[in-house]
Amino acid sequence: MKKIIKYSLLDILRNRVILAYTALLAVVSISLFMMEDNPVKAVMSLLNISLLIVPLVSSIFCTIYLYNSAEFIELLVAQPIRRSRLLWGVYLGMITALLIALSLGIGLPLLLLQPTLSGLSLFLTSAALTIVFSSLATLSAVLTRDKAKGIGVSLLLWFYFTFIYDGIVLLVLFQMADYPLETTMIGMSMLNPIDLGRIGMLLQLDISAMMGLTGALFQDFFGNGFGAGLVILVMLGWMTFPILFAIRRFNNKDL
Amino acid sequence: MIRQLLFVIGTQLATLLPVQAAEHLVKPGESIQAAINKASKGDLIKVMPGTYREKGIIINKQLVLRGIDYPVLDGEKKYEVLTITADHVVVEGFEIIRSGYSSMDELAAVRIKQASYVGIRNNRLRENFFGIYCQHASYSLIANNDIKSTGGSELDAGNGIHAWKSDHLVIDGNFINGHRDGIYFEFVTESTITNNKSHRNIRYGLHFMFSHQDIYTNNTFSENGAGVAVMYSRQVTMIRNHFLDNWGSAAYGILLKDISDSYAAYNEFSRNTAAIYMEGSSRLTIFANRFLQNGYGIRIQASCDNNVIRKNNFIANSFDIATNGSLVLNSFNENYWDKYEGFDLNRDGIGDVPYRPLSLFALIVERNNSAMMLFRSPMVGLLEKAEKIMPGITPEKLKDDQPSMKPFPL
Repeated sequence: MKKIIKYSLLDILRNRVILAYTALLAVVSISLFMMEDNPVKAVMSLLNISLLIVPLVSSIFCTIYLYNSAEFIELLVAQPIRRSRLLWGVYLGMITALLIALSLGIGLPLLLLQPTLSGLSLFLTSAALTIVFSSLATLSAVLTRDKAKGIGVSLLLWFYFTFIYDGIVLLVLFQMADYPLETTMIGMSMLNPIDLGRIGMLLQLDISAMMGLTGALFQDFFGNGFGAGLVILVMLGWMTFPILFAIRRFNNKDL
Repeated sequence: MIRQLLFVIGTQLATLLPVQAAEHLVKPGESIQAAINKASKGDLIKVMPGTYREKGIIINKQLVLRGIDYPVLDGEKKYEVLTITADHVVVEGFEIIRSGYSSMDELAAVRIKQASYVGIRNNRLRENFFGIYCQHASYSLIANNDIKSTGGSELDAGNGIHAWKSDHLVIDGNFINGHRDGIYFEFVTESTITNNKSHRNIRYGLHFMFSHQDIYTNNTFSENGAGVAVMYSRQVTMIRNHFLDNWGSAAYGILLKDISDSYAAYNEFSRNTAAIYMEGSSRLTIFANRFLQNGYGIRIQASCDNNVIRKNNFIANSFDIATNGSLVLNSFNENYWDKYEGFDLNRDGIGDVPYRPLSLFALIVERNNSAMMLFRSPMVGLLEKAEKIMPGITPEKLKDDQPSMKPFPL
């Protein structure tokens, strides 16, 4: 498995797309810190951008990479290697490459320009989202044979978690305006890793004070040990379940 | 008005000082109260450095009580330290500590009780329940006192400067820290509050109730538990004050509740949760203020009417304006909004398209607080863009027809 990880990692690191991604992130984060005189505001803006770009690039890149290396995977399947090991290897190679890009693009500027707890948690949030969306992309690539369809599915997933889900939340909120929905909202935020990351970051940045009752409730819930543990658990769930499911499917898949 | 008042107090002092006034000296171990009892009207009592525990001193005649090198008056957490019941009294240069705590009586370090022309100057107050308490006081000066306490909660701390049913007070240059309310006014009229710093008090930096025709200028209110509250008052003038860092889920830069015919100008509001929260207020002029990096610039409830908001700078606030209704009875004109995206063809410095300061999301949140979960979600950004292009939900009339293209040099 180590060899597969190494091979796909080196393959991806030579890829121009990943270089461009690193450069984009670096330019965005450095220029944000240069433009904003208030570093907290810069972290906020960087959060907005990374919540959009990181999941998008992770999911699209992983899907395309998996389809492009389909022949390589087929070749290796013919070798005496277990299928699960094979997919794990490629998957781990992909996320390692993406995390390296993220560390260089966001982590390094943050470390140099904003070495605070909020900077660290911004980086960790982006890293978690990278892993989550790579898993989801792997799943969609394994589930569909057709390349266009697979990319479509992972794009749709990204679109769903970024826009549609929040639209649904808004709809629910206004349909059920007469009911106390604050605790429900905490539950609903768990169902979307992007929301979870965003809310976690906002609470870190002390913006929660202006979020009124809801903010107070979120702070109360996510602030204590149980809430924080649950968030980490849910995030880990979002990272592992899609990839475990994908590997199960891949094991029985007729290539 | 300050000058007039200072002049009045000055002339009163001048009448005290001439030839016939005797000087008494109190040394440690002697009693200040005994000296007061012995003194006759208009005398000067000098108190030498040391600690005096007197179980409550009452000044009941016209006197000047002067501390040399801050002698300490200790209330031992049991007594009210100084009570002034006569007109024309000056107390200066003392360190007054540990006034009594009681849940029945509001024991203070210094109490002015039904007296006029009293001056409390240059004192240090530490760890008192109430600091300076004015009760039916008039024409009095409270200046340059340094008032600190470390009260734990709203219940076991009193107010720094507390004024009740008083008039014509001048409160100038005091520093107040760690009390319940920094400065508390109830039924106090025609008074001025200038150059004070109220920092990190438990509840409000300044608390105003039923106090009409008051002026406060050049004060700084920072990091107070709930900011500043001005309630149920008329004709209040607020100029060049600084409202800073009042950040918390129930904190406001300034809370204006049932205020009318008042004027707020040239103030700075920075980093407050809500810079101004207005409720039931009418005929206010909010002119040339700076709103910087607040959560909300102005939260103006629909119960406010005929307020004029003109020529202010709104810079880097999360929301510039929030309101809870669709009825708009206030005018927003000629302000500078950093979020304005319009253009200025004739280059007269005024934007050609109106600016709508109320964001859709602010409106949604006012109606349904749980929607705060979507704060800074890309979805919300998308909705706001759509609403900006074709306003449908936000009140049509809430707009600034002449937004300034450049920030005002304030």
